[in-house]
Amino acid sequence: MQRFSGLALLSRGLAGHRSWGPQWRRAEPQAAYDAVICGGGGHGLGTAYYLAAEHGLTRIAVLEKGWIGGGNTGRNTTIIRSNYLFDESAALYDHALKLWESLSQVLNYNVMFSARGVMMLAHSVHDVQIAKRHIHANRANGVDNEWLTPAEARAFCPPLTTDGIRYPVLGAALQRRGGTARHDAVAWGYARAADALGVDIIENCEVTGIRRGTSGAIDAVETTRGLIRTPKLAVAAAGHTSVVMRMAGLRLPLESFPLQALVSEPVKPVFPCVVMSNTIHAYVSQSDKGELVIGAGTDAYTSYTQRGALYVSNHALAAVCELFPMFRRLRMLRAWGGIVDVTPDRSPIVAKTPVPGLYVNCGWGTGGFKATPGSAHLFAWTVAHDEPHPINAPFTLERFRDGRMINEAAAAAVAH
Amino acid sequence: MLLIACPYCGERPELEFAYGGQAHLVRPQAPSELTDEQWADYLYRRDNVKGVHAERWRHVHGCGRFFNALRDTASDRFLATYEIGTPRPAVEAAR
Repeated sequence: MQRFSGLALLSRGLAGHRSWGPQWRRAEPQAAYDAVICGGGGHGLGTAYYLAAEHGLTRIAVLEKGWIGGGNTGRNTTIIRSNYLFDESAALYDHALKLWESLSQVLNYNVMFSARGVMMLAHSVHDVQIAKRHIHANRANGVDNEWLTPAEARAFCPPLTTDGIRYPVLGAALQRRGGTARHDAVAWGYARAADALGVDIIENCEVTGIRRGTSGAIDAVETTRGLIRTPKLAVAAAGHTSVVMRMAGLRLPLESFPLQALVSEPVKPVFPCVVMSNTIHAYVSQSDKGELVIGAGTDAYTSYTQRGALYVSNHALAAVCELFPMFRRLRMLRAWGGIVDVTPDRSPIVAKTPVPGLYVNCGWGTGGFKATPGSAHLFAWTVAHDEPHPINAPFTLERFRDGRMINEAAAAAVAH
Repeated sequence: MLLIACPYCGERPELEFAYGGQAHLVRPQAPSELTDEQWADYLYRRDNVKGVHAERWRHVHGCGRFFNALRDTASDRFLATYEIGTPRPAVEAAR
């Protein structure tokens, strides 16, 4: 692996930047692996990296039906935070946030993690009570979160309008350690680091069937590029998890919805942080390229089309224009949808399954990007040890049977 | 935006409707006899198909009535709408 450093940049720069090679191999599928990961997004690639780096597995393949990072990893609004209400969720998301803080150094790849602060607005007495409850719960769990008055919120984010609007801002909860990262770089950084440890990253390779042995355990996967034998199959297929798991005869507590986002034309740096409003339903930040990155809502119906209705994004834009009147004349450049797999309790599933050798990491719903390193790290542990890490132990498939929900609906990034 | 054919009112824009999830899920006749596994199946587990999906809609800003629809979730194309209580029509997605 070519290590990135100031010296490497200088010396290759003086040579006209012509000597940078591909950052990972274009691997051909082998006949057998110790572990196969279905899904080449951030969660899947990260899982392969941690399996190789921390658990000593080397014969690993990541199968991606399209190109790596082309699904929800490339379609989200890159917001990172860990201010979740319940103990289990706070532990899970804060584990991820701690890994974000050193991820660029660990991977030797700049994922552009920027702890610029995530501010969640309160527009009603009910919002204020909920926000303060979150703040107290977070602080009891060692997760930073603080209350800002409207004046303090304006000082932290000068473009914000708090008064004279349909839903005035009564205050805000601010997680200073939260922020954004460069989504593509997360996929590429994990791919490059995993490849350097011998992981085969196989693109344009769709899983079409799952074969189980006489004991019922995982034996092989059928793919569009041939049969691959493996004793361990780890599925990180986001919106398509239900489709893949049905091949193993499992029906999951998931529904897949389109979630829309859009970006504006690029402008000079004007927006210092991430602002979210669950009540009037908008979230916005500015990328380092200068585009405003705006998150809209999910469409009402299940779909796999990666697009949605215009009125959904229009609703988010109306909220953004109300809160930040200076953006009213900005033109939108691109809009798209991603397919998010949503569980009944809006918490993920990172767990073993009833099928020996089959593991699933799904149900991240509308907020999976922020969890990428933590999710991958814990999923790799689960696959390697054939048992969950204590942090992801509550996030089982069986919790729906046993009634042990982790109901984070109120804490999610978007109103459901 | 989707154009949805309510069986009672005809074609109307999606905004007039509320989505009701997977259709033909029948509430168990003898709830007290169900195992936890069967309850989880009824309450939480869904087919979530990529392809032809039978689903409920309600024309909330129209006649107010529930009806069922067949929609291809890979294209969002509606293949049929039909009244509650009638069997699922035999329609396949166009390829």
